[in-house]
Amino acid sequence: MSTSTAMVTEPGALDSLLAALALPPGSSAPTQPHWLKALRAQALERVSTLTLPSTHDEAWRFTPLAAFARQSFHPLRTPTTLQPDDIAHLHIAEATTRLVFVDGVHAPQLSSVKPDAALAVGTLAAMLSTHAATLQAHLGQQVAGHGAFFAALNTAFLQDAAVLVVPPDSSLGAPVHLLFISTQPEVASHPRLLLVVGAAAKATVIEDYVALIEGTNFTNAVAEVVVGANAQLEHVRLQRESKQGFHMASCAVSLAAASRYHSVNIALGGQISRLDLKVTQTFDGSECTLDGLALIDGEQLADTHTFIDHAKPHGTSRQLHKCIVGGTAHAVFNGQVMVRPGAQKTDSAQSSRNLLLSSRAQVDTQPQLEIFADDVKCTHGATVGQLDSDEVFYLQSRGLSERVARNLLTYAFGAEVINRIPVASLRQQLEQTVLEQTTGQP
Amino acid sequence: MIIENSPTLLEVRGLCASVNGTDILKGLNFTVKRGEVHAIMGPNGSGKSTFAKVLAGHTAYQVTGGEVLFEGKNLLEMAPELRARAGVFLAFQYPIEIPGVGNSQFLRLAYNTVQAERGKEELDPLEFDDLVREKMKLLEMSPEFLERSVNEGFSGGEKKRNEILQMALLEPSLAILDETDSGLDIDALRVVSQGVNHLANKDNAIVLVTHYQRLLNYIVPDFVHVMSAGRIIRTGGKELALELEERGYDWIEAEAEAAGAVA
Repeated sequence: MSTSTAMVTEPGALDSLLAALALPPGSSAPTQPHWLKALRAQALERVSTLTLPSTHDEAWRFTPLAAFARQSFHPLRTPTTLQPDDIAHLHIAEATTRLVFVDGVHAPQLSSVKPDAALAVGTLAAMLSTHAATLQAHLGQQVAGHGAFFAALNTAFLQDAAVLVVPPDSSLGAPVHLLFISTQPEVASHPRLLLVVGAAAKATVIEDYVALIEGTNFTNAVAEVVVGANAQLEHVRLQRESKQGFHMASCAVSLAAASRYHSVNIALGGQISRLDLKVTQTFDGSECTLDGLALIDGEQLADTHTFIDHAKPHGTSRQLHKCIVGGTAHAVFNGQVMVRPGAQKTDSAQSSRNLLLSSRAQVDTQPQLEIFADDVKCTHGATVGQLDSDEVFYLQSRGLSERVARNLLTYAFGAEVINRIPVASLRQQLEQTVLEQTTGQP
Repeated sequence: MIIENSPTLLEVRGLCASVNGTDILKGLNFTVKRGEVHAIMGPNGSGKSTFAKVLAGHTAYQVTGGEVLFEGKNLLEMAPELRARAGVFLAFQYPIEIPGVGNSQFLRLAYNTVQAERGKEELDPLEFDDLVREKMKLLEMSPEFLERSVNEGFSGGEKKRNEILQMALLEPSLAILDETDSGLDIDALRVVSQGVNHLANKDNAIVLVTHYQRLLNYIVPDFVHVMSAGRIIRTGGKELALELEERGYDWIEAEAEAAGAVA
């Protein structure tokens, strides 16, 4: 090794990300309105006062970022040109509207947006010209102060976004597929999503992160979701990044009176992945159902932090979070439920179920109930265990090998969550994925 | 049916087994020939169900002595799935519920695994669907049970029918039915028994493990064995079951004890 090489020190993740922020925007970057520039400037200021979270931070206690901090990332230099055929296997049959971003950049040739009175969907630039007031009212509002470092970093980088606005009283006939594809190692992308569902409207949205490579890319996603009074949203979040990649995500949801929100979060990829999901019931009588599944093995780490904020009375929340952990992988679940003073008649139930497939797999699960109202019903439960030997024997007694029996039971454990996805073809696709991952063969 | 010169299917000699260090089976002898129907009766705790599970290969039980030959091969050396593929079938007293695994998917997987082992044709989902629906008619089961998860939310009777459905699909040469009559009402008992009788033939054998004589009105045994304290202490014909129904087990245990004392 030559001396000169040894003296070169690779910039770590933080330095490389901040260096990218200092770059002037490309000449093709659209001019942004004043409020958006201000929003980004604030975020930039916030980022500069923050440091990368460490295990000394309570919210990151089980999630060391050392492997992430050692990496160096850079902004996209040469965009990857994908042909529609390259992503055909990612299409979801039911979704007629598809908005595709490749390494953080909108890819119109891969997207399919049909004019629809019941839906306005497009990139930030396009939507700024038609929905400026809505964007200004909501962009950056839900994640303010939440998700701290990574969310602020995303906002500081805010150039483009997927924006979906469902006007009041509209009902989407088909799910909308928002597809964020990673194709290059070491590239940092900061996908941004804003979903605004008007009063009494109904929609199903699939937020889908997928890597076409095995590499150490970094996806730093933020989704802001606003559900109007009496509106209903089905939100599927699918994280199928590279197993070497890094995925940090914040999703903040605000629920108006008597609205209903159902999310299914599936985490499959990432060397380190993290989801901060916050749901706030801002008015009376809203309902949320949060279902989650992390299926990891090898040396993966998947962390899910959820925060359900019952800020108003008569709210309901239901949560089922499952982890299937193999190898030396590590799953973290922290489920905070806050019942604020005055949020009477809150009805909340949380369940964390964890399956360890090896003796070195690890789960840290932590329910966190904070109740400041007296007339409420809140339950929670957590289990961590291995496969039931009676179930394994039952299947063996029908001729299945022990391996197949264990795989089938593991698959079934995950299928309970997958079956809650309201899109049939996606359910089938994921069942196949889980089957392949648990059996190691199609 | 008892068939003259029928080949021996199962030969159990001096079988001893324990669970968590407690001896349950203490030198059990038992022989089954093709075509025969055997009933094993006995009081609670006599080791009937343990015997059934040991034959199927449940790992919670340790075999501490004796031997078991199935079609002349050492059954105890075989993993549970190999026993199943070789033709041993246990209908569980408490069939396991498996949420998330479709019954139809499970039945086809088991069927194809056993078919492959026997060098027979595996069926695709459509072909299998035809076959399983035909077999379900025998047990008066609604096809909706194919759509549900394995045994999940099934009533006691439905679970037992599902067990016999598996027997009908896997066509074992030795079927061991562990307390299949427990929890069944009279109609379900009739249907399940008819199913079992339909499946019995000159090449296979059935071992009924039961507490009550009631089942034996429907599935008539060629032999009735009484188990006590881990051994078979009396073997007779079907009339022995009636006698047990009338007089209980005490007298027979007392007689066995007396005989043991004399010997």
